[in-house]
Amino acid sequence: MSTSSPLALRFQFATEEQQRWVASVGMWVFLATEVMMFGGLFTTYAVYHMYYGHAFATGSNMMEISLGAINTAVLLTSSLTMALAVFASRVNSKMAIVFVIATMVFGALFLGIKFYEYYSHWEEGQVPGFNFRYSGPEAMHVELFFLFYFVMTGLHAVHMLVGMGLLTTLLVRLRIGTVGPGYDTPVDITGLYWHFVDIVWVFLFPLFYLVGRHMK
Amino acid sequence: MSAAAVHSPPNYLRAEQGIKSWLLTTDHKRIAWLYIAAITAFFFVGGFAAMLMRLELLTPQGDLVASDTYNKLFSMHGIIMVWFFLIPSIPTTLGNFLIPFMIGAKDLAFPKLNLASWYIFMLGGIVTLWAMLAGGVDTGWTFYTPFSSLYSTTNVIWAATGILISGFSSILTGLNFIVTVHTMRAPGMTWFRLPLFVWSHYTTSLILVLATPVLAITLALVAVERIFGVGFFDPKLGGDPVLFQHLFWFYSHPAVYIMILPGMGVVSELVATFSRRAVFGYTFVAFASVAIGVLGFLVWGHHMFVAGQSVYSALVFSVLSYAVAVPSAIKVFNWTATMFRGSVSWDTPMLYAIGFIGLFTGGGLTGLFLAALGVDVHVTETYFVVAHFHYIMVGGTVMAYLGGIHYWWPKMTGKMYPEGLARLSALIVFIGFNLTFFPQYLVGYWGMPRRYHVYPPEFQVLNVMSSAGASILGIGYLMPLFYLIWAAKYGRAATANPWPATGLEWKTPSPPSTHNFEETPIVLHDAYDFEALRPIIEEEHSHR
Repeated sequence: MSTSSPLALRFQFATEEQQRWVASVGMWVFLATEVMMFGGLFTTYAVYHMYYGHAFATGSNMMEISLGAINTAVLLTSSLTMALAVFASRVNSKMAIVFVIATMVFGALFLGIKFYEYYSHWEEGQVPGFNFRYSGPEAMHVELFFLFYFVMTGLHAVHMLVGMGLLTTLLVRLRIGTVGPGYDTPVDITGLYWHFVDIVWVFLFPLFYLVGRHMK
Repeated sequence: MSAAAVHSPPNYLRAEQGIKSWLLTTDHKRIAWLYIAAITAFFFVGGFAAMLMRLELLTPQGDLVASDTYNKLFSMHGIIMVWFFLIPSIPTTLGNFLIPFMIGAKDLAFPKLNLASWYIFMLGGIVTLWAMLAGGVDTGWTFYTPFSSLYSTTNVIWAATGILISGFSSILTGLNFIVTVHTMRAPGMTWFRLPLFVWSHYTTSLILVLATPVLAITLALVAVERIFGVGFFDPKLGGDPVLFQHLFWFYSHPAVYIMILPGMGVVSELVATFSRRAVFGYTFVAFASVAIGVLGFLVWGHHMFVAGQSVYSALVFSVLSYAVAVPSAIKVFNWTATMFRGSVSWDTPMLYAIGFIGLFTGGGLTGLFLAALGVDVHVTETYFVVAHFHYIMVGGTVMAYLGGIHYWWPKMTGKMYPEGLARLSALIVFIGFNLTFFPQYLVGYWGMPRRYHVYPPEFQVLNVMSSAGASILGIGYLMPLFYLIWAAKYGRAATANPWPATGLEWKTPSPPSTHNFEETPIVLHDAYDFEALRPIIEEEHSHR
């Protein structure tokens, strides 16, 4: 790996510093749009939780809390390895590659567990619209809870898949040397995105697994 | 030709030739042209729908179209005009062309993303247009649930998908502008030396970036409800259709400011140039844009005074809606104060700017009527509301757009437009506009509801006036289409600074070269430094 910058200065910029700055400001602004998009869903959830708190507690108690907790731990660990990858990319590409692969492994594990959970929900008839067999009290509102669950964790999973794609690109670029010490901005902004997706999960976990657990 | 001209690089229009050089360009100036072509086409499609509606409304009976067709016509008019003309109108064309110039940059921060935005916009536009032509949509542009999500049998999913796609284009354009203004300013171009056009576009971009994602998720939820048959707004599951209205207007009210703020930016430039005077109270006008942007996020509930929200929230939304009038009024007063004791000339762009100030004030004042709870209950869903927002959107945004297009036409094409014809068309637009929409205030106040193709016979005189005005307005819009295209080819060659005006864009040749500035400019003065122009102005006077 050469120590000189692999970065080609594009014509619209005066300095390399400006070019890097632009990329990270761009990612921060993009994350603001993401906050607003998930914000719309969180608001909707909050409104219905206010209307149907009891049904939402019932739904939450139908979740497999251990899987949710394991997934939370897996995802937070992936954030750690991502942060280490960002750090490593400034000094050593090989080390960065190891941490990016570790992040991808944890990401894949998370998605695997998530899809297993979806499968169990299907088996147990908890999929609104298609296969919803719960017929206890407030069944309709419990169905609404599960609709939230599928839409919000589904949107989160889509973001995870996009993140896996970004990490794959990063891996290739670290490998061929277009990213590395001297030009670590792509690692930086991929890291920002990955941490954001993790933070979303940190809110999703209590909303779907913990809310109303004490009412059992 | 002087020696200097021989060595200067070719202008951006001639730098490369052929259709491919346009469709694959990453030059912000050429992308602006791609958008101009697209939104002009959408404008006339939306205008065609309006023309059919006005024809139908010539008589009180439903004799031209059936009620279903009429529903589809006004939905098409609204959807096309809002998302495919008004929202992209000024930012993607003039904004795209001018923001890099005004801050002294060679391009936007992300040129490829800029081109991608155009393709995404076109994809969204084509999907929506297809939904309109292959059967149409009858929900109105507002897509209120549960009609849109459960009962309408028209192409709601496709229209919503098209709008959602174009929303991503808006987000990416806004993101590009924000990053550009933050990171790409030339040395010496401090925030308070930025032209007001840039301030208003910066605020607009913040709204685009923060509000559009909420619309995206809301329309996605409507699509989920239609596709899977279960949804968040479905009363059968305990869902609340009014919640849709909250989410929809959380985007769509700020969207009003996405449409009007860039127009205000254009008018600030025009008023300064044609009054030969710095904009009075620069900082106030700049912060008024930001204040409008912020307050714009807090007033969405005034669209729902009769929709069943609590009376207390209605009160709060009413008060906040009044508050928006303050920064808006600051702008109007400051433009007027700029003209006062200025040396005002009546070139075409200035005619449009003055038209804007008058019509925007009219639309803004009737907005205050609507912000008052009692009056709003009386005129909700009547033509009064239709007239109000057309005064803002058409009298405001479209006037500013046309004024800006005329003003920067010499810079964009290197050619002057025919001044006499242009003044005439500005006058025709103003007369046609008022004849179209002023009668609608009256019929609305007297109780004619919007979105019906039949009406009681006593409203016919005013409706005939409105339809007559619409045809005059149509002529006013067609004229620039022809003479501007003619001028681009056969017009008199423009000098670098024909008006003359301040601003870095006028320090480049007309039309400029591909990379805007050969050397990055160093900015030493505030915006609207007319002292520096005094020699040019005096020389012009001595020639006259």
